[in-house]
Amino acid sequence: MTNAIEIRAVEKAFGNVRIIQDLNLTVAKGERHAIIGPNGAGKSTTFNLISGHITPTSGEITLNGERISGLRPFEINRRGLSRSFQVTNVFAKMTVWENIRCAVLWATGQRYAFWKNVDNLPEVRRRTAEILEDIHLTHRRDVPAGLLTYAEQRELEIGITIAGGANVIMLDEPTAGMSNTETDRAVALIRRLTEGRTLVIVEHDMSVVFGLADRISVLVYGNIIASGTPEEIRGNPKVKEAYLGEEEH
Amino acid sequence: MLELIVISTLNGVLFGMLLFLLSSGLTVIFSMMGVLNFAHASFYMLGAFFGYQISRWVGFWPALILAPLLVGALGMAVERYGLRQTHKHGHVAELLLTFGLAFAIEQVVQMIWGKLPMDYRVPELLDFPAFTIFSTNYPAYKMFMLLVSVVIFIALLIILKRTRVGLIVQAALTHPSMVAHLGHNVGRVFMLVFGVGTALAAVAGVIAGPALVTQSDMAALLGPILFVVVVVGGLGSLPGAFFASLLIGLVQTFAVSMNGSLASMFGPLDPSIGPSLLTDVWNVTIAQIAPILPYVLLVLVLIVRPMGLMGTRET
Amino acid sequence: MTELTSRAPTPTDAAPGRNIGFYAAWGIFILAVILLPLIFRSGGSHTTFSLIGIAAIFALSYNILLGQTGLLSFGHAVYYGLGGFLAIHGMNAIAAHGLPVPLPFVPLIGGFAGLVFAVVIGWVSTQRAGTVFAMISLGIGELVASSSLILRSFFGGEAGITTNRTDLPALFGWNFGPQIQVYYLIGFWLVISAIAMYALTRTPLGRMCNAVRDNPERVQFIGYDPHVIRYLSFCFAGFFAGIAGALAAINFEIANAAYLGAVQSGVVLFATFIGGVSYFFGPILGAVVVTMLQLELSDVTTVWQLYFGIIFIGIVMYAPGGLASLLMMHRPLIRAGTLSAILPAYLIAIVPTILFACGVILTIEILAAYSQGNAGSSTIRLFRIPFEAANPMTWLVAAVLTIGGFFVARMTWRGVTAAWDRAMMAARERGYHA
Repeated sequence: MTNAIEIRAVEKAFGNVRIIQDLNLTVAKGERHAIIGPNGAGKSTTFNLISGHITPTSGEITLNGERISGLRPFEINRRGLSRSFQVTNVFAKMTVWENIRCAVLWATGQRYAFWKNVDNLPEVRRRTAEILEDIHLTHRRDVPAGLLTYAEQRELEIGITIAGGANVIMLDEPTAGMSNTETDRAVALIRRLTEGRTLVIVEHDMSVVFGLADRISVLVYGNIIASGTPEEIRGNPKVKEAYLGEEEH
Repeated sequence: MLELIVISTLNGVLFGMLLFLLSSGLTVIFSMMGVLNFAHASFYMLGAFFGYQISRWVGFWPALILAPLLVGALGMAVERYGLRQTHKHGHVAELLLTFGLAFAIEQVVQMIWGKLPMDYRVPELLDFPAFTIFSTNYPAYKMFMLLVSVVIFIALLIILKRTRVGLIVQAALTHPSMVAHLGHNVGRVFMLVFGVGTALAAVAGVIAGPALVTQSDMAALLGPILFVVVVVGGLGSLPGAFFASLLIGLVQTFAVSMNGSLASMFGPLDPSIGPSLLTDVWNVTIAQIAPILPYVLLVLVLIVRPMGLMGTRET
Repeated sequence: MTELTSRAPTPTDAAPGRNIGFYAAWGIFILAVILLPLIFRSGGSHTTFSLIGIAAIFALSYNILLGQTGLLSFGHAVYYGLGGFLAIHGMNAIAAHGLPVPLPFVPLIGGFAGLVFAVVIGWVSTQRAGTVFAMISLGIGELVASSSLILRSFFGGEAGITTNRTDLPALFGWNFGPQIQVYYLIGFWLVISAIAMYALTRTPLGRMCNAVRDNPERVQFIGYDPHVIRYLSFCFAGFFAGIAGALAAINFEIANAAYLGAVQSGVVLFATFIGGVSYFFGPILGAVVVTMLQLELSDVTTVWQLYFGIIFIGIVMYAPGGLASLLMMHRPLIRAGTLSAILPAYLIAIVPTILFACGVILTIEILAAYSQGNAGSSTIRLFRIPFEAANPMTWLVAAVLTIGGFFVARMTWRGVTAAWDRAMMAARERGYHA
């Protein structure tokens, strides 16, 4: 069975500085995989490498067996991979409804149509309403996204990410800046929405990581030092030394 | 032929240095503040007109000092009361402000001095031929212009590489937000940079005025070429601006003196083909297309290598 | 680059105003186009309306780029001008060969020309947005404008190319000689084009144009190529600009290098921006204001272009959303009924503002009179009050009005801001946010 994502011997250098060196990672289909690591380890860079924002200096990345390293972000997105952003990246001037609607347009086959009225597309309307319901933001559908609360924006962010129906979802610190209640809500949402899909998540909140993930990879200085089930990671001495330190979880 | 090449090279380098005086200020302003100052050539024009007016009242040499100071002060006021106000509305607003300013300055100059060229004379001290190449006299004034440009270039280099202010400016060329985070009074630095940039443009105007034409359309003619220089050299790169200035200065100067055309190379077209696009293209001389060569270069560079020859940033 | 054009809130849009107000607005617009020349019957008025119509189509096409997609172009006149030239050549060819193509179809020739050139030039132009796009548009604009003087056979050199619109076959008895017939032709195309351009904003492409304007990075991660979106937007803008150019060629019966030049590109930028880029009707409003200013101001003062520039700078600095957003920003107050709360503050602020403006006008006119060398005999007529340009009393009045007016106006506008805040809060409490 092909893996959802495979990263093989990937290196990324900016000028003379090697941020990522000899990165190897495998994410199986349907798996919930968390990437953790200290700040500056290269987690965002890894995400950007997978989603096509930047290209590897060497090495290969595949999605469902197909090579995606070197493709542009929208080409990768069309092959079924979608990501969210650490800094909320919604369409601030558009309403919540419009945000989600834009996210479903490509998946419903609208392409660049300039001869159809976007309000008269029942399939588009149905899917948008469905996703709004899933992320519990139907009551806020007419509010410009820039005016939402921070937690609501993060939920909208997740909504936009899954709206296109991608089966590989990558979330970059989705619960950053949330209170405990908000985090619990978000985790429940993520668990529900990624049922049956592959999830790759970067997180700092260890309770989220250990509660959500099937497998965890630890990234330190651009290198995966350990990869395994939560129990294996918890017990791994290298990981304890490099990252978890004195944390009790 | 050799004479033509030597003279054209001299003139081309001179024009290039003039362009660099202008483009250096524009590059630094763009890199630090993110705004492409559409009105930069207008400050050049103000320098020429102020230089003309002051030299009419008290002479050329005081004008050389006073005019750039006046224009620099004006520049600082524009930054303080204009750009800073529009900064919160985004880069488009800042660009449009400088665009409107360029337009308004041209109107004011036209209103005060009219549309005809000014009789801006070379100072007597420099009004003699410096040397004679083959049969052409090369005016001393042009050597003076070259001298001033080179001196300012060296001064800029020293300030940038050896002083603290220069260090800050260099840092801001590639990482403007970091400079703010380091605690420098960004507002004051911006005002200073804008003032110095526009003062440099004014110096170029004061010395170029007598040699080139001092007229109210100066800014409109030179402005677009200035953008070509900055973009071709690379938005944010001073060395790039230097090389691009020389490149375009030389290209334009040489092109203007060349009368070759497809017709001169391959002979005239059959006269029975009446006037048409083909005959137009066949008969046009290089001198005639000289004014548009910089734009051809601009479009090519923007398509092939949007960061320019040596640029570090794209927008 | 996107902050300005997306700064004004888009009116909430889940199922956009398919209500009485929406249809009423369009109805009033169409009625106005039909009825205006019947109310104002002079030839001069008909000419003015014709010019406004052409400018409105041009400005609407420009706003597809600026307001809808966030692309600032300094060379949009290229498509306007090429549309005009192709239309002129087309009209001459139709007349020469006796082709059965009546005049009303000629704008399609212009539109086609604009579209073809946008298709060819657009792909590389739209590779990047922001400053790079603006610079490419400037470069191409200068390139085409300069080329027009070299390629004399097509562009006619300095004199341009002329035509006679009455040589084309008549339609329903109209040969389009009289200005009023030309006006209705322009009016017809204005209504059709406006409806088409509005409809474009309601399509998937139109929505994605807004998305690209707001956040081009995110657009990629929902499956769209921003380059393709910008390119298609560019092509539509070129098409409608070509229609406007053809109508100009029909109206003036001439096309010359000025159609393509930087000045023409600048005027449409002025008009669209002053009108307001965030609302669909903004460019139409801007076209009306700018055309009227161009026509009326030039009769009153020699330095009307300077006033133009000052107004533009004023809008950029104090009302970057344009006149449209200034009007629309009162909408929540009107709906909540709190508009009356700020009217007194406005009235108080208007007086010193007008006085300040008078001071500035006097100062400029005095300077203009002196530069033209006829200060001694020059009289400035402000609100029918004559001011002698050479009289020191006039200078004193100008100084007092300018300086005094500025400071007093500043104070009163602070009062307006305070009254506004109170009125907005009251409106929000009643549930009206926009």
